[in-house]
Formats: sequence, C-alpha cells, structure tokens
Amino acid sequence: MKLNLKIWRQENKDAQGKFENYNIDNIHGDMSFLEMLDVLNNQLVEENIEPVEFDHDCREGICGMCSLQINGEPHGPDRRITTCQLHMRRFKDGDTITIEPFRANAFPVVRDLAVDRSAFDRIQQAGGYISVNTSGNTQDANSLPIQKENADMAFNAATCIGCGACVAACKNASAMLFTSAKVSQYALLPQGKVEATERVLNMVDQMDKEGFGNCTNTGACEIECPKGISLENIARLNREYLSASLKG
Amino acid sequence: MSVLDSKIPSGPLAEKWTKHKNDINLVNPANKRNIDVIVIGTGLAGASASATLAELGYNVKTFCFQDSPRRAHSIAAQGGINAAKNYQGDGDSNYRLFYDTVKGGDYRSREANVYRLAEVSGNIIDQCVAQGVPFAREYGGLLDNRSFGGVLVSRTFYAKGQTGQQLLLGAYSAMNRQINRGKIQSHTRHEMMDLVLVDGKARGIIARNLVTGEIERHAAHAVVLASGGYGNVFLLSTNAMGSNVTAAWRAHRKGAFFANPCFTQIHPTCIPVSGDLQAKLTLMSESLRNDGRIWVPKKKEDAKAIQEGRLKPTEIKEEDRDYYLERRYPAFGNLVPRDVASRAAKERCDAGYGVNKTGQAVYLDFASAIERYGKEKAFSSGNKDASHEEIIKLGKEVVEAKYGNLFDMYEKITDQNPYETPMMIFPAVHYTMGGLWVDYNLMTTIPGCYATGEANFSDHGANRLGASALMQGLADGYFVLPYTIGDYLSNDIQTGPISTESKEFEEAEKSVRNQIDKLMNAKGDKPADYFHRKLGLIMWNKCGMSRNEKELKEAIEEIAELREDFYKNVRVTGKPNVKNQELEKAMRVADFLELGELFAKDALHRNESCGGHFREEYQTEEGEALRDDENFRYVAAWEYKGEPKEAVLHKEELVYENIELKTRSYK
Repeated sequence: MKLNLKIWRQENKDAQGKFENYNIDNIHGDMSFLEMLDVLNNQLVEENIEPVEFDHDCREGICGMCSLQINGEPHGPDRRITTCQLHMRRFKDGDTITIEPFRANAFPVVRDLAVDRSAFDRIQQAGGYISVNTSGNTQDANSLPIQKENADMAFNAATCIGCGACVAACKNASAMLFTSAKVSQYALLPQGKVEATERVLNMVDQMDKEGFGNCTNTGACEIECPKGISLENIARLNREYLSASLKG
Repeated sequence: MSVLDSKIPSGPLAEKWTKHKNDINLVNPANKRNIDVIVIGTGLAGASASATLAELGYNVKTFCFQDSPRRAHSIAAQGGINAAKNYQGDGDSNYRLFYDTVKGGDYRSREANVYRLAEVSGNIIDQCVAQGVPFAREYGGLLDNRSFGGVLVSRTFYAKGQTGQQLLLGAYSAMNRQINRGKIQSHTRHEMMDLVLVDGKARGIIARNLVTGEIERHAAHAVVLASGGYGNVFLLSTNAMGSNVTAAWRAHRKGAFFANPCFTQIHPTCIPVSGDLQAKLTLMSESLRNDGRIWVPKKKEDAKAIQEGRLKPTEIKEEDRDYYLERRYPAFGNLVPRDVASRAAKERCDAGYGVNKTGQAVYLDFASAIERYGKEKAFSSGNKDASHEEIIKLGKEVVEAKYGNLFDMYEKITDQNPYETPMMIFPAVHYTMGGLWVDYNLMTTIPGCYATGEANFSDHGANRLGASALMQGLADGYFVLPYTIGDYLSNDIQTGPISTESKEFEEAEKSVRNQIDKLMNAKGDKPADYFHRKLGLIMWNKCGMSRNEKELKEAIEEIAELREDFYKNVRVTGKPNVKNQELEKAMRVADFLELGELFAKDALHRNESCGGHFREEYQTEEGEALRDDENFRYVAAWEYKGEPKEAVLHKEELVYENIELKTRSYK
C-alpha cells in the first residue's frame, strides 16, 4: 500500500518543531508499524535526509520503550498493544497517518518522536521498592503464603511497562495510573505493607514535583493502556494516600 | 600449560563455593566507600549486581543505552526461572539441576560454575519474593511451578508469560532504592564505546551520551560488563533491536578473550519470518511446549496442499499427523532441549514436510490440551456429562489463563487465532552461550574487568536449558560477583580515586573519536541496516542451525569482504554531536562485522557437533550430534590480534570429576 505520513520533526528539546510530509510505497499488511518507519528511514538515508528519530527496542510489546501518538491516539488505533505490535493491516492504501511524540510537559522532546520519560524513573526512585537487602539471607520463599487472588491482582498491576501512554492520553497529563500500579502491587502484598505509608506519600509527592497533572477520573488512561492496567489501581492509590496522610 | 587459569577452588564439588567464600579477601565497609565500580547494562545481571554492590557500600555507576534501566532486554523473557527448591517433591536437588544443566549444555560447561549456579538458585527465589516479585501461586498461597525442556522435574517458577519482566522490575526496584540513597549514579541513553586500561587493569570506560553525542570519560576501580549476548549478529533474532556486542567486543579488542563464539542457541518456537523487511523475530515461550504438541503432516502431498493454501491443518486427520518429537524422543517428547527441537524441525522442513507458504514452519497444536483441561474442569466443577462444546469452552478458558498473553501476541502478529487453528512456529536465534571468557570469579582475562550474565560464556556450555538464563543473570549479579569482586578490590583500598586525566584515557577517547569520524566521513550511500541485513543472511545461511566446512570458509571470506565494503559504502547521515540513530547503528554493525568472522572461524575449528553447534560432517546415522570428547573437550578462548582471522586460540580443558561424559540422549 501507499501511505502519506505526517511526522513531527524537532531537532532538540528547545527547538521549534513542525510536521513534515513523507510519501511511502510498497508497505505490506504483515509489516509492523515500526518496520514501516524503518523502511521510511532507510529511504531517507538513501536520499541523504536525516531519518526520523524514534524510541523502540524489544519490538514485542514489553520493554515500554516505543511510544508515538498515531492519529491522535497513544500506540495507535488498536487496544491493548504497543506501537511495535501494531501492524499495517490496520491501515488502508492511500491513508494519511499523523505521527507525533507523546505530549506532556513532564515528557520533553529529546528529538523528533523520542521523548524524555525519566520523570517516571524518579517517581519509582522515590519509593517504588521494598527495602530488603539483596544479599540472599532472607527467609524461605514459601514461608510466606499469599492469597492467590491478591498475588494475581498484584501481578496485574505489576505488568505496567512504563511507556507513558496513560500520561499522553490524559487531558491533564496525569501520571496517576502509572504511579498507582506500583503502589497497588506492593499494597496487595504482605511484603509491601511495612513501608506503605512513606511509599505512597513520597511517590505522589515526586509525581507532583515532576509536573504531571491531577486525576479527574476520565478513564482515558485505562482505555489507552497497552497492558490494561485498571482504574481500580487509582482508587487503591487514593485509599492508600488518604490513610497514609491521616497517619502522617 | 594453558595461559588460562580458571581458578576453580579445590575440594569436593558441593563445598567449593563455601570454601572459596571463606578463603577470599574482603573489603571492610569503610573502605568500600572509597571504591568505584562501573556496571555496563541494566538487565538482570547488571541491575542485580549494581544494586548489591551499592548495598554493600561501593559507589556504582551504571550505563544503559535505553532511556531507562527497566527496559533492558531481560524484560522480554517469558517462561520462567529455574531453582532447585524441590517444592513439588518430585526428586529435585542441587545435584539434579547441576546435572541437567551440564548434560543440557552437551558437556561443554565448567562443572564448578554450574554447581554454584544450582547452589544459589534457591536463594534467588527467596530474594525475589522478599522484593515483592509476584510469582504465580497455587490456591493454597504457595508458589507454583511448571516444567521446561530437557528436564524431568517441575522446577520453573514463573509469573504468567512475563517472568523476565517481573524479575527485572524487581532488580530495577532494588537499583532504585540505591539510586535514592545516592549509591548508584544511573546513566541512561549512554553507550560504552571503549574500555580503558591503566597499567594493564580495567580502570574505566569511554561512553557516548546518545542524546548530546558527547564523548565522556568515566573512571572506576573495576568494570563489570553485563551487556548481554550477541544474537543480533544474525540481524533477525529474538533480541531487542538495540542489543549489541560493542561493549564485549571493545573489551575483547583490549585483551579479554572471547570464548566459544559459535555456541548460539536457535530457539525452536518462534513466529516464522513473514517478509524481507522484517526487523526482528518474536519468541513464543518454551512453556507452551508443556501443553502444545508439535507436528507436521505425515504425507508430503498434504504439506504441499497446506503450503499452497488448499488445505487447513484442522482438516488433517489424527492418523495423518506426524508428532515427530514424540516419535523420535518418547521419553522427553515435546520437551526435548531447544537444540534438539530446533534441528528436528529443520529436518522435517528440509525433507519437504514444512507448512506455511514458505514450507519453513511446523505446527504447535493446543487442541488436545484444550480438550484435556476442559474435561478436568468440567469434572471438578461437578458437570459430569458436559457436552463437547462445553468441554472445549472450559478448556479454552484454562489455556487462556495459562498462556493468554502469548496467544494474544501470536494473534496480533500473524492475524490467526491459535485457539482455533494450530500455531505455526519455526526456530530463530535467541541466545548466545558463548561470550567473554571468565574465571571462577567471573573475571575476564583483563584484571578488574568482569563479565556476568549472557555476556560471559561460563554456565551453559553448548546449549542452554529453558529458564536458566534468568537464573544465571541473577545468580551472577546478586550472589556471585558481589563476593568475588571484593577479592580483587581488596588490593585497591589505598589506590584512591582513579583519574580520567591520564594518557590512557586520552588515547582511548581519541580512538573512539577516530572511529566516529571514519564512519561519519564514509562516502557511501547505503544505510547501516543494509550491511547488517547482508551480514545476517551470511550468518543464518552458513553459520546457522547446521554448518559445514565449505560454507564456513565461504562465510569467513564473505564477512571480511562485507566489512571492507561497509567502511567504503556506508552512509551515516546527520552530525555526531546530537542524537543520531544512524551513527549508533553503524558503530554496532562495525563490531558485529568483526565478531561474525570470529564466530565462523570458531565454528570451523570445532570439528564436532555439540549442543547448538551442529556440523554436518559430524553426526550419527540417526542424524544426532556427534561429539568428540577426545579432541574438543575444551573451551575455545580467542585472543584478539588485529583482524579476526589473526585471532589466537587458547584452550581451557574441561575436567569432569563428578559427571560421567555420555552421549546425550532424550529418547
């Protein structure tokens, strides 16, 4: 198929960005969206034009590195997948596709379609861990039975890949879904209870410092999340936060 | 006498590690504060080592090329992690895990290292649970296990099909704790470009900041390479796009021997190649072989009809299907090790029984598992006369709970529903057992330069068993390196900070800048991808699942020519002092073009078949690998001498005191 691509180009975080148009041909339905961009980039190199910078790595939907706002939606039109899992069979010959970086104040553009999501790392550093030493002198794993239901819910929260689609989808650019996933994982497990109070206070505090907006319960994040992280996690975060504030 | 000293401690196998820990020197906590360690890579091996070293008190600097440490490719490991916990009471023990690993590796790994791996495996699970890793559990609240290939016990712990993700996020959280304490400085979007040696010791690195293009000097008392494997030398592999050999190769060029480069794992269950411009392949977890049955049509005309789209797999009657693994290997059936399963698939496809349009695929079928689980479920929920439809519906629910995300992934990529029609799979490059040569302390032949995880060669011999890579990465990082590195660093307590203002750093920086200039100034017109794809084809066709002398010789010539062509005809657009993906790729391809040749040279010299290395000249009448223990029971460690063809071979003889060498049989 033939496609018309409208792609955001921006030299660096301080430069003025703009859309450029590119035409591309011979795209097959079995190609992934990022393979389509690879083809474009090789074509650009052959024309001696600087290729489009975009983030990607595992190309199987788990590393969370790929991003892209495709026709206005984070990770494109399909649900429950990342951009690297989107296939061109989703598009039609002659389509125009608009490709932008994830937009949020807390995610400055690095170049073209690549953004800086280190704010997410800093939220995790503020409390997204259990303070046990890693030297191995701990108790036997099975000395701590955990209700299967809780273990499964903790797992579901823990499958967040930190891609930032929730922020990009949110009209307030809120990072509540991301933060709540980690808070929930530990809140549901006995190992996480010990530091629950400081964890939630510190992580929410860092989230605010990074300039993410507040949650107004619109739910766009849950719909766009490639891993289906549930809004229930935000509710759990709010409960944890309230009880921590009362204790604090 | 070999120049390689593996430093294996004396004494009985099961006591070596404890004895060694008691014998080696320690660094007192106050002195650790004055010692800096650089860790390259933040996958399981790197993140776990960084966290533990920082916790012990060392000052750690980590480097990863991704935008966050959490994105390292360990995250994509699906199936599980082995540990000899014997929670299932099925006769597992440290010895059995050790034995299975050495046998699975076709007797080309080091006994002492493998035993230590088995010994610490249980601790990994304890540690990860303490960290909040949400492993799968049974209804009683205890941990669940599954089986993987090449073993007869259930020792694999898992978190659905995302075990690597959960373990890596655990290690990442441990890193975050230390970053928050100021004990780890994390450098993301940075790539190691060279290793710096001062007085023969590893004392730092040259790194490129991938955002600003700046060339930076970083000094430390020791450097740990946890930079992963080199499977991307094939271009098409299950590795991440960015996975590369540069850090390891640069260390090799500075004196670290590269061991067994030809030992590569071709994983049997990957989604087949769909087009010429494909960039990577996707793995379907080996755990699927617990329940999926692998088959091809028994009749060639059926295979042909399927290839031409005239027949569907579901239309082929049971008696016309060839469950070739169950037929050839009745004891292990669909759970034979990866190398055996891959070769068997290739054998059927080469003989004309393959499916898919290309004839390069086999089926992985869940129909009988769906029926079996459905019956069980119906029975246990009190529905004793369930209809066939009810059974199938219930069975699909069970299979979905176990493998749902993998099935979804398959459907997204292929546009086919694996609940209704069997999956199509084909082998693909997945893991490299070879890597930097290390001694028992995980130190390379460069003093102060360590290699852990997939970057070293030590534990998996010629073939790795499923769910053992995660085990090795975390064992090295949490439990082995933090002890052994202390022995070396105990000599550095009075050294003081290492300066980056030395002629060694200056020279290393200059050579990196020269390499960048050379690539930026090449007057070609082809992107780095073009050369990478060509290299990948040579590797796959001539150094892939089966190899022979003639083609390996051709590969060596062709790769050398391609390398020359690359430097003449590559085009790197843009500037070096900004974010520049073309430059990043070109730097990596340049190193793959050297490694590829050494790989072929190693494969050519090893006149035997073992594990993932199958030489057509050396096989039994039944087509099984024919090892030559008399002549090749050694680790081939290559010393860099300029061009890859000049590399010098050093041998580390492998001594088996606790295991009898046998022909590996899974029949």
